[in-house]
Amino acid sequence: MQGKNLLELAGAISSGAVRVVDLTFTLSPDFPVIVLPPEFGQAAPVRIQEISRYDGRGPAWYWNNVTFGEHTGTHFDAPIHWFTGKDLPNNSVDTMPAKDMIAPACVIDCSAGAAQDPDFVLTVPLVEAWEAKHGRIPERHWVLLRTDWSKKGWRDYANLRADGAHTPGPNPAVMKWLVEERGIIGFGTETIGTDAGQAGHFEPPYPAHHFLHGAGRYGLQCLCNLDQLPATGAVIVASPLKIQNGSGSPLRVIALVSAN
Amino acid sequence: MIDPIEPPRRKNPLLRTRLPASPPRPRSRTSHGFTRAAAEGRFMLQRCEACGTFAYPAREACPACLSAGLVFVDAPRRGALLAETTARVPSDVYFRERAPWRIGLVRMDCGPTMVAHLHADCVEGAPVIMSFQLDKSGQAVAFARPEGETPNMADDRQWREMTADPKFRRVLVTNGRSMIGQEAVAALKAAGAKMVFVGVSEPWRPFAGEQLLRGQAGIEIVTLDAADEKSATDLAADIGGKVDILVNTTEYVRPGGLLDRKGTSIARDEVDQAYLGFINLAQTFGPAMRMRGADGINSSAAWVNILSVYALANWPAFGAYSASQAACLSLSHCLRAELRPGGVKVMNLFTGPVDTEWFQTVPPPKVAPRAVAQAIVSGLKGGLEEIYVGDVAAEIKQRLAANPKALERELDK
Repeated sequence: MQGKNLLELAGAISSGAVRVVDLTFTLSPDFPVIVLPPEFGQAAPVRIQEISRYDGRGPAWYWNNVTFGEHTGTHFDAPIHWFTGKDLPNNSVDTMPAKDMIAPACVIDCSAGAAQDPDFVLTVPLVEAWEAKHGRIPERHWVLLRTDWSKKGWRDYANLRADGAHTPGPNPAVMKWLVEERGIIGFGTETIGTDAGQAGHFEPPYPAHHFLHGAGRYGLQCLCNLDQLPATGAVIVASPLKIQNGSGSPLRVIALVSAN
Repeated sequence: MIDPIEPPRRKNPLLRTRLPASPPRPRSRTSHGFTRAAAEGRFMLQRCEACGTFAYPAREACPACLSAGLVFVDAPRRGALLAETTARVPSDVYFRERAPWRIGLVRMDCGPTMVAHLHADCVEGAPVIMSFQLDKSGQAVAFARPEGETPNMADDRQWREMTADPKFRRVLVTNGRSMIGQEAVAALKAAGAKMVFVGVSEPWRPFAGEQLLRGQAGIEIVTLDAADEKSATDLAADIGGKVDILVNTTEYVRPGGLLDRKGTSIARDEVDQAYLGFINLAQTFGPAMRMRGADGINSSAAWVNILSVYALANWPAFGAYSASQAACLSLSHCLRAELRPGGVKVMNLFTGPVDTEWFQTVPPPKVAPRAVAQAIVSGLKGGLEEIYVGDVAAEIKQRLAANPKALERELDK
């Protein structure tokens, strides 16, 4: 690519010809996190502790100490997160190729289905129907599952019941197919995980984690504003914090969208 | 006969909130034998080991036989009011603001004569029951009440100065997710609390008993994650000026000590929840409570901690948890000193294993959450500072006092 084209891109972003859509929730202590049975280790919640705020602790400056688990807020999953990806090369956030942090996206709108059924699952026929309309999913593209789940209040968003969370996600067949037949770079959702709330009962359990990370692909979750993206043509910028041997990290996810 | 206290009206915003004054503090070291008794709601006097004479006030030698063998023992509480007087213009600021104030001389059945604060229903010549109470300085004072129950007995003005009765007060129960928290809410409402705010962290996460808390008059669920600085700050900004009693029901129990745990993440959670949560609550709610210690019928009155008795002696099966509780116990003494100028009591309840999920495999006896809640209310009504709830807690305390090394060995099993 010529340097001139990059300047044109910068100009288009500046002029608004290319829109920048923020797909990120604010990282705050209030945001729901993944809930595991209490006997397992838990993700540390987001904590923000003031160091000083223009006061006796630091008269001219405001700053915080921040702590959180790698999988809190809008966050990125690296292949090392799952046992299936544990032996892959460059499988952590600090060693993954930087070029994988920018890739186009296909957005599959399942908001109608998810509104009907919190346990809605994405299937191969549904994706095939989407492809019939928008074309075959190209290799090294993100597939983002739009459910409008991010618009819910937090209780409905987590939707925890006595038998676990009930939130939409992909079924095992579609994950295997997207990874093996379509060569996607990753899969993104609006919900707390890339997998459905009940995915622990799928075969294999947590198929998005299982197949994505086993093949060295990535996950994005707790995304918002997917309704502002076109079905195809958006470019996702998702660069996780460079945490040593990190399995993931909260991050700022943005999408570049051509305005016309 | 005492008229019942009236529900407090809303504050007149044109009037300055009165700052708390403290009654005189100085005591001799020996006199703190009474402080220890008052803290636990016991009535203890010195008795001569040689001749059996009871002595009062605190002495270094027996007034009857001059033996130095005076030891504090639980003593009979009954006496008779010999004489009474009313101080109308005391020189001390605290009593001047509260005048007229009745005091009297009580001749104890067991011998000594004591100067005591008087309940309004005490009548000259009639029998009285004596107790030691902690006054607004946190020091022990003798208090005489009528022998039997009288109408509205707990509403006595002078008695209420000595206690932290929940009646008409507004209470924050910091964690409504726990069984102790929910039982505490019910017990405090039953004891006449005007309003019980119930803290619930992560409101998106459902919990057992939630429906019972919702929609009840006088109970308001508020979002509070005590371990989160901002959450505590935000809640205190809303209701910090109307929390008269704070009941810290933080509960984070995990088994394990050092070697059979991997890493520090559970220990961090323990410290986060119990210790840092305590600090957040203290820093956000403490200053207003200290300032409102003389703010009428519903002045701020008490801070309650529920601690494991293993704060006193480490129980290795729950070793890291014990350590987090020990840290909170230490912090509670700091808080007590810092709240003292406001006359706000810090009451610690010590429990053995509670009959909750995390002590599931621990054999009985276990403390019922309701028993903890009832102890909170009775402790507040009695103005106590230390309460041992259940047999295990009482026994640990006693064994620790007898031989700390023996207890350490015994807890290692």
